Amino acid sequence: MKISISSQGWDLDSLVDPRFGRAAQFLIYDTEASSFEVISNSQNLNATQGAGIKAAEIMSHRGVRVLITGHCGPKAFNTLKTAGIEVISSAEGLTVAQALDKYKSGQFTTSNSPDVKGHWK
Amino acid sequence: MIVAVASGKGGTGKTTIASNLAVCLPRPKRLLDCDVEEPNCHIFLNPEIDTTERFTLPFPIVDETRCNGCGECSVMCRYNAIVTLQSKHLVFPELCHGCGGCVEVCPENAITEGQREIGSIHTGTHDHALFVQGLLDVGQALCPPLIYAVKRHTATNGITVIDCPPGTSCPVIAAVKKCDYVVLVAESSTFGLHDLRLAVDTMRKLNLNFGVVINRVSSADRQVAEFCRNEQIPVLLEIPEDRKAAEAYSRGQLLVDVVPGFRELFDRLCERILAEFHHS
Repeated sequence: MKISISSQGWDLDSLVDPRFGRAAQFLIYDTEASSFEVISNSQNLNATQGAGIKAAEIMSHRGVRVLITGHCGPKAFNTLKTAGIEVISSAEGLTVAQALDKYKSGQFTTSNSPDVKGHWK
Repeated sequence: MIVAVASGKGGTGKTTIASNLAVCLPRPKRLLDCDVEEPNCHIFLNPEIDTTERFTLPFPIVDETRCNGCGECSVMCRYNAIVTLQSKHLVFPELCHGCGGCVEVCPENAITEGQREIGSIHTGTHDHALFVQGLLDVGQALCPPLIYAVKRHTATNGITVIDCPPGTSCPVIAAVKKCDYVVLVAESSTFGLHDLRLAVDTMRKLNLNFGVVINRVSSADRQVAEFCRNEQIPVLLEIPEDRKAAEAYSRGQLLVDVVPGFRELFDRLCERILAEFHHS
């Protein structure tokens, strides 16, 4: 199963990026292989609008089943939900490794709704 | 000839200049209020509005039975208004700019267009001259298509005055594009100069002819005038700070009708603009 964490850096010690759509990178961890890859999100960082929607689409195309981030707005949440991806938006302040451990030990609560307002109506 | 009245900063007097200018210009003429988020020229001109039409923008509707989930539409859409998620898709009409690109690229012809209302266009007359204004609905964010629709009323002969939105972003670009001359209204203050610089850079990038009107000039602050001199930008008019002008404005009156000396000021502005245009 693939778990994606919005990340400010390129390794497990990086801090979770509190933003989802305009996160710097995504670290995608594969629980079966116990390995990860990091993908740049620079294209969405510069998007005029809908960065969260596009990031959610990328998560879907990458086969991600769980997304861990700091905050998630209404359009991104809607898109992730439609794609059947579990959203956890309470990982601000943690490192990517801490967030992964917390997920594996079942200490996160799944988000049932967006936790911030949209930037665009 | 199309004359746009723009500024960098808001509240410098665009509407005041545009509406007073419009009444002083020779006929045939018309005024298009393209400040669609807050069209205010009507307050000063009191036009008779004859028709009000709703303005709509297209957005994609996907036929699920034809969509094969290829994702061409979402690759095409730079506004991220349509996404494909394996076999599903999502459309965000409020993000759609109505370009129709997704309809064009869909290999399965699965996308048709619906229409959503974003504002209205009011058409009427002021003193026998055509008056048109766009009014964006509350809560809508996308002005340029409505601005372009208002600009379709541009005259092929005579003079068209366009009152622009403030700032230097997309709505302003939409309003000043293809205009023959732009009047930038600036106030003589540090903030005014800062935003005038942005507006000047924008006009230069767009290769537009422009001049500056300095509004509410006081003798103490000459920084905008000095900037224009250094940059060789024509100062079309300096309007003195005048309490009577402020009072007339607050009552929704045209300055040229009620404030002594203002008719002459604006007649001179008309001459300057026409001269600058013929000169260019």
